[in-house]
Amino acid sequence: MTTLTAERKKASGRNGRAAPELIFGDLWEFDPAPETADPRLKPRYDLFIGGEFVPPRGGKYFDSINPGNEQKLAEIALAGPADVDAAYAAAQRAQAEVWGRMPGRERAKYLFRLARLLQDRAREFAVAESLDGGKPIKESRDFDLPMAAAHFFYHAGWADKLEYVAPGRTARPLGVIGQVIPWNFPLLMMAWKLAPALAMGNSVVIKPAETTSITALKFAEIIRDSGLPPGVVNIVAGAGETGAAIVNHPAAAKIAFTGSTEVGKAIQRALAGTGKKLTLELGGKAANIVFEDAPLDQAVEGIVNGIFFNQGHVCCAGSRLLVHEPVADVVVAKLRQRIRVLRVGDPLDKNTDIGAINSRPQLEKIRELVDSGVKEGAEMYQPPCRLPSKGFYFRPTLFTGVTQSHRIAREEIFGPVLSILTFRTVEEAVEKANNTAYGLSAGVWTDKGSRILKLSTELKAGVVWANTYNKFDPSSPFGGYKESGFGREGGRQGLLDYCQLT
Amino acid sequence: MKRLPITKTPKVYVGGAFIRSESGRTQPLADASGAFVANIPQCTRKDARNAVEAAAKAGPGWARRTAYNRGQILYRLGEMLEARAGEMAAAIRIGGAGEAQAHKETAAAVDRLIYYAGWADKYEQVLGSVNPVASSHFNFTVTEPMGIVGVIAPDEAPLLALVSLVAPAIVSGNVVVALASERQPYPAIVLGEMLATSDLPGGVVNLLTGLRKEIVPTFATHAHLRAVCGVASAAERKTLGTGAAESVKRTVLRPAEEPADWYADTAQSLYPIRELLEFKTTWHPVGA
Repeated sequence: MTTLTAERKKASGRNGRAAPELIFGDLWEFDPAPETADPRLKPRYDLFIGGEFVPPRGGKYFDSINPGNEQKLAEIALAGPADVDAAYAAAQRAQAEVWGRMPGRERAKYLFRLARLLQDRAREFAVAESLDGGKPIKESRDFDLPMAAAHFFYHAGWADKLEYVAPGRTARPLGVIGQVIPWNFPLLMMAWKLAPALAMGNSVVIKPAETTSITALKFAEIIRDSGLPPGVVNIVAGAGETGAAIVNHPAAAKIAFTGSTEVGKAIQRALAGTGKKLTLELGGKAANIVFEDAPLDQAVEGIVNGIFFNQGHVCCAGSRLLVHEPVADVVVAKLRQRIRVLRVGDPLDKNTDIGAINSRPQLEKIRELVDSGVKEGAEMYQPPCRLPSKGFYFRPTLFTGVTQSHRIAREEIFGPVLSILTFRTVEEAVEKANNTAYGLSAGVWTDKGSRILKLSTELKAGVVWANTYNKFDPSSPFGGYKESGFGREGGRQGLLDYCQLT
Repeated sequence: MKRLPITKTPKVYVGGAFIRSESGRTQPLADASGAFVANIPQCTRKDARNAVEAAAKAGPGWARRTAYNRGQILYRLGEMLEARAGEMAAAIRIGGAGEAQAHKETAAAVDRLIYYAGWADKYEQVLGSVNPVASSHFNFTVTEPMGIVGVIAPDEAPLLALVSLVAPAIVSGNVVVALASERQPYPAIVLGEMLATSDLPGGVVNLLTGLRKEIVPTFATHAHLRAVCGVASAAERKTLGTGAAESVKRTVLRPAEEPADWYADTAQSLYPIRELLEFKTTWHPVGA
């Protein structure tokens, strides 16, 4: 078993001298290893309403660009209120006449089909996802796509077993669900939203984020190929105004939103007194807590995965590292070394660890918050890596000497920026971890089982990762406490948010 | 000469103590015939905030009690209410209910307490889960109480509805600040006296009497209330929903326009408990 003293010895080498650092970084070049599968993009994507691709009534289109090189990928139809109306009308008809009445075992088969058809085209979709959103191909290929298919597969099996969802009550569909999803996991969030809603017998009007509409509209091709009855899923693209039209539409029985806490609060206000159901999956500022008895090398990998996964565009990112004082120096030294070998660059390169920031506004937001960290007196470290000349990129960034009042310790940065704080006692760790308006997730690294269970009890967060981080599964409920939202996605618990009980 | 009886000064039960409103305001309560009964405290926003503070102090300790212990305490509350059923029925009769109706409501409230007492060490087994994730992790979901819950009781069934809203909140370890029926507050005054003798720690249930238009907006915006549940008019639901958005507070509101049958078997179930729970999922690697 690795002890604290052993770790210290390793870190400081014999005779108390600093161990020689292993240096990789830019010492030698890596050949490009681009993923070459054809994403089969169309130059223009229309809305998907009533089972058909239809041009927007307003005739307007907007550009979707590749954040990795700022080049235009395709143009996307901009849905106005009339398009949203048409989508709801199609959804109402489909729910009342076909989908809501269909036996669960038949609904299940459609969902299984969606899973299979997505698996068939997984590589093509992964490339499209990386092109449109900027995430490294290794993540879209190995995480987003398999997980999206898994969500359909998991929920498919529920469709004909709904009498087991709510003991003592009968679960019935709500009707039409309006859904608005974010740009960080475009296809996966769509799967999280569609699969439970459809399994329960609801129909859907869904809007992807304006910077990442392509895979949603490509998924419309799969919906069409699956033979899903027209109108069960309707996809409308656009920005905030389109989202507002979805949220405020009188035909919506429920709104499900994933995105920022700011917009989530606006939606909750807009729905006040309407009787519509609501679930919110909002922001986070998760604490990743490392104790002195933790396996430190594993913890460092977990910290890196926790904050740099998907460029830090993760609502449950471990953006506040709370490290036990006795090992703080060792952990920070290891982290600095580790992030020097992270490769930042072309999202389509199979060796890329950190891809492109999703959009210019997001890059500017990250820069602004990082500047505030420097101004407020935290110490910044960035490895000396080269960034591509075009596209939106940001170096992996560590801040030490962070205090709880710093903006970088309080506000969600949604980028590859880690704020490091220290603690001395378990109580202090819990207090600091909970000292946030958010409560989505937390990480705990320790060798001590009883401490894991104590912390997982006391941390006010919907998901606690012990000696691991950023793990997801369709059977595992995900969602927040406090201002990180309410409702769960995944598992039996998540299904209950898509039904009414009688 | 006939002995003059001692009348009771109504006080609300907050933080384990019997208090009058900090404002010193009262509202005269008349019985159905219009005769004066007593002066009821007209609690203020400040009283509501004080009650939230009392609840906050009691919350962690109550949530840490074992489920078995919370179940026994709820059962004890049922015992207290049963033993003083006559007094409670008299309190309900002030609102105009007949004797049989008042006894029926009291008995139903006792039964409701016993029903939820029994859930204390069972709901977790029904609602929680071990999740078969596709990786080498032990993954489980457990429930936790939300914290401080604001309860808004309706005017109909002033005891039974209040108990039906409070019991499923506290059985899981939540603590409650409840606003009693505005028109029929007296049963809540008497219920406070029973709570005080039921082994329920002070501050777990705090009962306020007063005007809805004064207290409801405070419930809506007080950031330390993690949830508000109860019965509300259309305008109140709008107020509560709008205020709740400021801190992403949970709201579980029934429309006052559609009065519920609080006596029905369907008025009690696992789901009022569930609506005031958070779900927490823990991932733990499986390996040597």
